[in-house]
Amino acid sequence: MALFNYRNVGARGTGMTEARTLYDKIWDAHVVEQRDDGTALIYIDRHLVHEVTSPQAFEGLRLAGRPVRRPELTLAVPDHNVPTTARVDADGKRIPIADPESAQQLAALERNAPEFGIRYIDATAPEQGIVHVVGPEQGFTLPGLTLVCGDSHTAAHGALGALAFGIGTSEVEHVLATQTLLLKKSKSMEVRVEGDLGFGVSAKDVILAIIGRIGTAGGTGHVIEYRGTTFDAMSVEGRLTVSNMSIEAGARAGVFAPDEATFAYIKGRPMAPQGADWDKAVAYWKTLRTDDGARFDRTVHLDATQIAPNVTWGTSPEDVVPITGSVPDPDSFEDASKRAAARTALDYMGLSSGQRMQDVGVQHIFIGSCTNSRIEDLRAAAAILRGRHIAGGIKQALVVPGSGLVKRQAEAEGLDRIFVEAGFEWREPGCSACLGMNPDKVPAGESCASTSNRNFMGRQGPGARTHLVSPAMAAAAAVTGRLTDVRELATRD
Amino acid sequence: MEPVTQIDGRAYPFGVKNVDTDMIIAAEWLKTISRVGLGKGAFAALRADPANVFDDPAYAGSPILIAGDNFGCGSSREHAAWALADMGVKAVIAPSFSDIFSGNAFKNGILTVVLPQEQVYRLMEVARTDTIHIDLAEQMVTTPFQDRMPFDIDPFRKQCLMGGLDEVGLTMARGEAISGYEMRRMQAEPWLVPVAA
Repeated sequence: MALFNYRNVGARGTGMTEARTLYDKIWDAHVVEQRDDGTALIYIDRHLVHEVTSPQAFEGLRLAGRPVRRPELTLAVPDHNVPTTARVDADGKRIPIADPESAQQLAALERNAPEFGIRYIDATAPEQGIVHVVGPEQGFTLPGLTLVCGDSHTAAHGALGALAFGIGTSEVEHVLATQTLLLKKSKSMEVRVEGDLGFGVSAKDVILAIIGRIGTAGGTGHVIEYRGTTFDAMSVEGRLTVSNMSIEAGARAGVFAPDEATFAYIKGRPMAPQGADWDKAVAYWKTLRTDDGARFDRTVHLDATQIAPNVTWGTSPEDVVPITGSVPDPDSFEDASKRAAARTALDYMGLSSGQRMQDVGVQHIFIGSCTNSRIEDLRAAAAILRGRHIAGGIKQALVVPGSGLVKRQAEAEGLDRIFVEAGFEWREPGCSACLGMNPDKVPAGESCASTSNRNFMGRQGPGARTHLVSPAMAAAAAVTGRLTDVRELATRD
Repeated sequence: MEPVTQIDGRAYPFGVKNVDTDMIIAAEWLKTISRVGLGKGAFAALRADPANVFDDPAYAGSPILIAGDNFGCGSSREHAAWALADMGVKAVIAPSFSDIFSGNAFKNGILTVVLPQEQVYRLMEVARTDTIHIDLAEQMVTTPFQDRMPFDIDPFRKQCLMGGLDEVGLTMARGEAISGYEMRRMQAEPWLVPVAA
């Protein structure tokens, strides 16, 4: 007796004549087999692996004597545990990692990758960086592909038109062994933003505005497609910032239709298609657009001209207010559980309702993470810091490029000197102070203006207080020692 | 994974209600690189009590755990199932389980058996002195005292467990379909394989 009834690909109700969304098109192209119980075996084109969620998956393969089905579709790079201080000494020798558990997780990846034939970027290699920065940068991430990683911020890769989402350790093992996942299709959600962004307003402010509007569960069970003139005009790096935080809106994935900006971004990257393959690929990628008349299960509209530079006041990414606003009164929320959560958050953050956001002091600045550590992010921060210095109350200001290549580019442009002269520490690439897994942490009870993605309690270290902001806003806060409206410091071109 | 058909042996008469995954395995074990060896950390807080069943030599190495209502609630950590497997537990019997835990248990070849509370009490009593037998094919728990307790199980999970098929193994059995798909895709999209660095 067969375990399931399978139907042939293409024999499903969704015919080619029906208007389809971008998500429908990528999904349909990846159905290996459709099962009668509503799940489908979905082919996975790209798999990024880091040191934290992969060791047990590799061990599972070893115990079962199973190889990696398509090792060439997988790329491994350590990022979560790596310290951001120097990795080699004056003689070029590797400096050992002090924390024994971090060292062990790194050593495991370094051993597993070659054992299973997987391409591995070492912590000392110039290409090393945060997986979600490295993938697009290397041309590993391409439009129309499915891409997974044992990390929820995998959603970032949707910026290039890939269907990309985070998975758990058992699924990591499943993908390594079979290059597929058994999945149920999600609902679709259109997030449409129209209009020009105002002076001093960035992609980070747009995604914070979206999360503030729909909440951290707003996208649960959905794949978001970001559409509208604001996104059409946005750089690919800006789109990476937006799709990166889809998971903070509850959506496992967020996609952008690839366009000329996408193709220009990818062309010539080391792992991108070349020659005749390139032309063929671009011709296919141009078909990856939502058809006119295609239906979304839900639609949300935002007016870009109404978006200000944003900051978070609480311990959830949905706790968003414009920098010109104030800490809300917990009693102003309709939902009882939200009122309780807001009270707890204000207590944790050391804030009181009605306090102006611009009066909130910060002692730490973190510019980095898979959300905001690309060259445009560093340029935006450096533009504010040029000729200025961090305020006396700032105990530590870190700038952590997303990859070794971003770091080199920034150095070639002289950005490192601007940061260092301003009083910042110029570090080696990694996840750094986005999460408390490596030495970069914010001490308990102290506040950080951070370009990362999560302001959860304890995220940047036990008791640490996080305010999520854009890179330019983080730089502005560094200069004044408090949350600051970047528009007061920036100069219009 | 090893096929599961008959499970026979002593059982831990545990029976505690609302045991969450933090109690099964604490957060400090999440930085491990292995899914074996977690048995050492299993139920660590409960084992501070010298009278705990897990360190009682009478039950050492038991393949069955008899638990209380809502076993495995809380965090989704797969480490909880890994810890039980590492202890040698092959089946957990309880009045109810958290969905996530029973899914994780299944993925790791552990059978979760749901029985009414009175029957679970009865098994707790038997377990103190005698062995318990689980027949997965017959879907029956029996004791040396002629107790016969039928149980339900999802047919898909039953076949996977009896065939020793984990989800990975099951998908691997569709290898031909995957290969066929790969060939079609490769012809249409030769850029599917990234350019070698």
